[in-house]
Amino acid sequence: MKELKNTETIIPSNIPDEWFTKKRQDKTESEIVQRPSLSYWQDAWRRLLKNKLAMLGLVFLMLLGVMAILGPVFSPYEVNQADLPNQYQPPSKEHWFGTDSLGRDVFTRTWFGARISLFVGLMAALIDVVIGIVYGGISGFKGGKTDSVMMRIIEILYGLPYLLVVILLLVVLGPSLTTIIVALTVTGWVGMARIVRGQVLQIKNFEFVLASESYGTKASRIIRKHLLPNTMGPIIVQMTLTVPSAIFAEAFLSFLGLGIQAPYASWGVMANDSLGAILSGHWWTLFFPAFFISFTMFAFNVLGDGLQDALDPKLRK
Amino acid sequence: MGKDNILQVKDLHVTFSTYGGTVKAVRGVHLHLKKRETLAIVGESGCGKSVTSNAIMRLIPNPPGKITKGQILFKGTDLTKVSEKKMRSIRGVDISMIFQDPMTALNPTLTIGTQLTEGLRQHHKNISRQNAKEKALEMMEIVEIPNAMERFKQYPHQFSGGMRQRIVIAMALICEPELLIADEPTTALDVTIQAQILELFERIQEKTGISIILITHDLGVVAKIADRIAVMYAGKIVETGTKRDIFYHPQHPYTKGLLHSVPRLDLEGETLEPIEGTPPDLFSPPKGCPFTARCPYAMEVCNKVFPVHTKLTKSHEVNCWLQDERAKQTLAEVAK
Amino acid sequence: MLRYILKRLLIMVITLWIIVTLTFVLMVTIPGSPFNSEQSSNETVQANLERHYNLDKPYHIQYLLYIKSILTFDFGPSISQPNQGVNDLLGRGFPISFELGIVTIIVAVISGIILGILAALRHNRIMDYLAMGVAVLGISIPNFILATLLIQKLAVDREWFPVATWQGPEYMVLPIIALATGPMAIIARLTRSTMLDVLTQDYIKMARAKGLSPWKIIFKHALRNALMPVITIMGTLLAGILTGTFVIEKIFAIPGMGKYFVESINHRDYPVIMGTTVFYSAFLIIMLFLVDIAYGILDPRIKLHGKDGD
Repeated sequence: MKELKNTETIIPSNIPDEWFTKKRQDKTESEIVQRPSLSYWQDAWRRLLKNKLAMLGLVFLMLLGVMAILGPVFSPYEVNQADLPNQYQPPSKEHWFGTDSLGRDVFTRTWFGARISLFVGLMAALIDVVIGIVYGGISGFKGGKTDSVMMRIIEILYGLPYLLVVILLLVVLGPSLTTIIVALTVTGWVGMARIVRGQVLQIKNFEFVLASESYGTKASRIIRKHLLPNTMGPIIVQMTLTVPSAIFAEAFLSFLGLGIQAPYASWGVMANDSLGAILSGHWWTLFFPAFFISFTMFAFNVLGDGLQDALDPKLRK
Repeated sequence: MGKDNILQVKDLHVTFSTYGGTVKAVRGVHLHLKKRETLAIVGESGCGKSVTSNAIMRLIPNPPGKITKGQILFKGTDLTKVSEKKMRSIRGVDISMIFQDPMTALNPTLTIGTQLTEGLRQHHKNISRQNAKEKALEMMEIVEIPNAMERFKQYPHQFSGGMRQRIVIAMALICEPELLIADEPTTALDVTIQAQILELFERIQEKTGISIILITHDLGVVAKIADRIAVMYAGKIVETGTKRDIFYHPQHPYTKGLLHSVPRLDLEGETLEPIEGTPPDLFSPPKGCPFTARCPYAMEVCNKVFPVHTKLTKSHEVNCWLQDERAKQTLAEVAK
Repeated sequence: MLRYILKRLLIMVITLWIIVTLTFVLMVTIPGSPFNSEQSSNETVQANLERHYNLDKPYHIQYLLYIKSILTFDFGPSISQPNQGVNDLLGRGFPISFELGIVTIIVAVISGIILGILAALRHNRIMDYLAMGVAVLGISIPNFILATLLIQKLAVDREWFPVATWQGPEYMVLPIIALATGPMAIIARLTRSTMLDVLTQDYIKMARAKGLSPWKIIFKHALRNALMPVITIMGTLLAGILTGTFVIEKIFAIPGMGKYFVESINHRDYPVIMGTTVFYSAFLIIMLFLVDIAYGILDPRIKLHGKDGD
């Protein structure tokens, strides 16, 4: 746009007289909204699309999901198909990711590991959310005595060293897919419950909710229009960040010998099995599970960060 | 352009680069302020009044903000040109500023005493702790805080809103500046407290001869303590004049609109009329007068050319095409 | 402040009690009793176990005696190492693990805070992206993977550092990098985001309007407020580092408590698992308590009124 000239340089006598007639008032003109208004979710999605790192994470996770489902199907090898003469084969046409100490195909095992890791991560996050929303929601909405008792319980649980409790439970219950998920969620929901409660409390007292209530807006509308957009953001973000921590915990436990047992193969188990192998130069046995653990955690973390930025209503411009 | 002006702002432009484009927040502002004078800058939120005051203090965050054009002459020195280091020696010492919300303007983890004296200790390196404290206590007296000795050691959360604003004022005045910029100093306070704070300003001005720029959207505040008023709209000053000029002879339709939207006890039976519509988008401000879209008198010319500057009296100036001879017919038409 | 401390103290005691009770309940519910399995074929061990856990007595007496023994810091005998008690293992292993943990937390806190401040002050510039890139990698790469990577690249390929064991400062470098990177990344991210938040506060603007130097604004006004949230996560970070020592000690063959703990898991040496869990939990819970007290001292609202902001 051309910059305005200085006021001094405008000579009024040069302006035609007919410009000084009353302009027909266009009623809508003063009401025109300059930019198209987007719904909360559209706006958030638009901002997420702009975040390259978060999109990289999202695309990676979608590819990983596809490979976790289809990878083992298309592979000519079975997960635990041992082939001792062919142990420690470097990556080749036959074995894209090489073979491990028992001659098993690392490519096939990696996608199987993806299934386990994603399943553990998503299940843990899902259970956390359900318990967290119920607990935090009750605590926040009820308020008063109920709230303070429920919060004291949370405070105490929060003080429990999470992984130590998980280790203890797994030692006693014996490691399996179910027990790992149970052990991870026994204390894992606490963080979610805190967030939900905080959100509920904050929003319950927001002036716009009070205002809508006093206008006689229906409860369902208040929940849909005000509570959901304002609470869902932090919950979704927390979920996205719970997944990588559950994946880490599973891998960590496998590393301690408390992980998923055969016939399953998780990334943590694969990494633990190949600890000795890297010293002898068979790097691929460790590289692939390690890479996928790290990159999956990375993807969830950047996606979570991206969502946090995209969903924060305060950042809307 | 008198020499007695302590501050003179000439053709100031400030822009902010954002995701959506460049916001032209301030677009050619002219201001001047004499010693002992109180100038009020009035306008709706987002009209650029706070940006203008931050620009004078050179507190525009860069990036995204930038002073793109213009001069800010403080006692003859162009503040847009001085180094950041020099600017730091001006802030607090020559020009001070206070902000809207006294609840957040004080650091919750430091005592009032620490926050009061730190400006003094920054600018007078060799002042002793004891002297700084004495000066602070003296300032607390001036802003009328009882039990100063005891209050000195307390934390902000132990103070009420009005008391906090007094502390903030004491903090701003402790190095005896010549110019105080008060950005909506009473907006966050109760009405009764507002009046007390405004009276405090008057007494301090009497005592110290300080010049004050008052940023506000509240014409009630203006009526009480301003000497002159500048009405700002969409990044431009559209009318300036003495309090009398603006309140009794407003010329710009926007000024009139503002006056009509304020409840007045002295004019019984008058109805309140809000100004319809919203200010223009400053991403792409209109070429002509920015108020055209909301103006009941809007003419063809208003859309096309920004109005020329008209000097009505020595003190009263306005930018509006209605001042042109040829607009008489329109005026008459609308009056019906 | 006193009220605040008492409240924290009460929560600490309850948490400790839960851990102790939990270990006891799990111990008695383990199918077929943990103490007469084939591992404890050694007669003296069996006798020691029966004596320590009073297995001949009813459960409630067992429970009370168990609590008593824990209160006197007696964690009983070990199954896999017949001539040693859990106390002996702790006495030998814990100082090494403690040394590793303490150095790690110091490294993580200092580097994390510096990284976070630099990123916040250079917001949306190269330094910010660089620091946050390092941080996101730091939280994404699990410590045991980083450890193996470091061994491979810096100890095997380059031979810059010794591979394993614990005999001097040069042995500490790799384990500490492996262990500190995660917490450092978390601290850096948190410091950055709270710092960015604090820097937009009015009191920072006010401090600038007073003409304070940037140095003073950052260290006196901003940092203090920005570090409050960092203090609140210290407990969680400590727990993470402590459990992290398990795998790091295993990988680097450091003779700390973590190594014994992992071995005890593999051997299902229940007394050692229980004892270590209780000891470490107690250690962490006390640390958490101290962190809370530190927070109370730094926040004048708590210091003066014992108010516990929710």
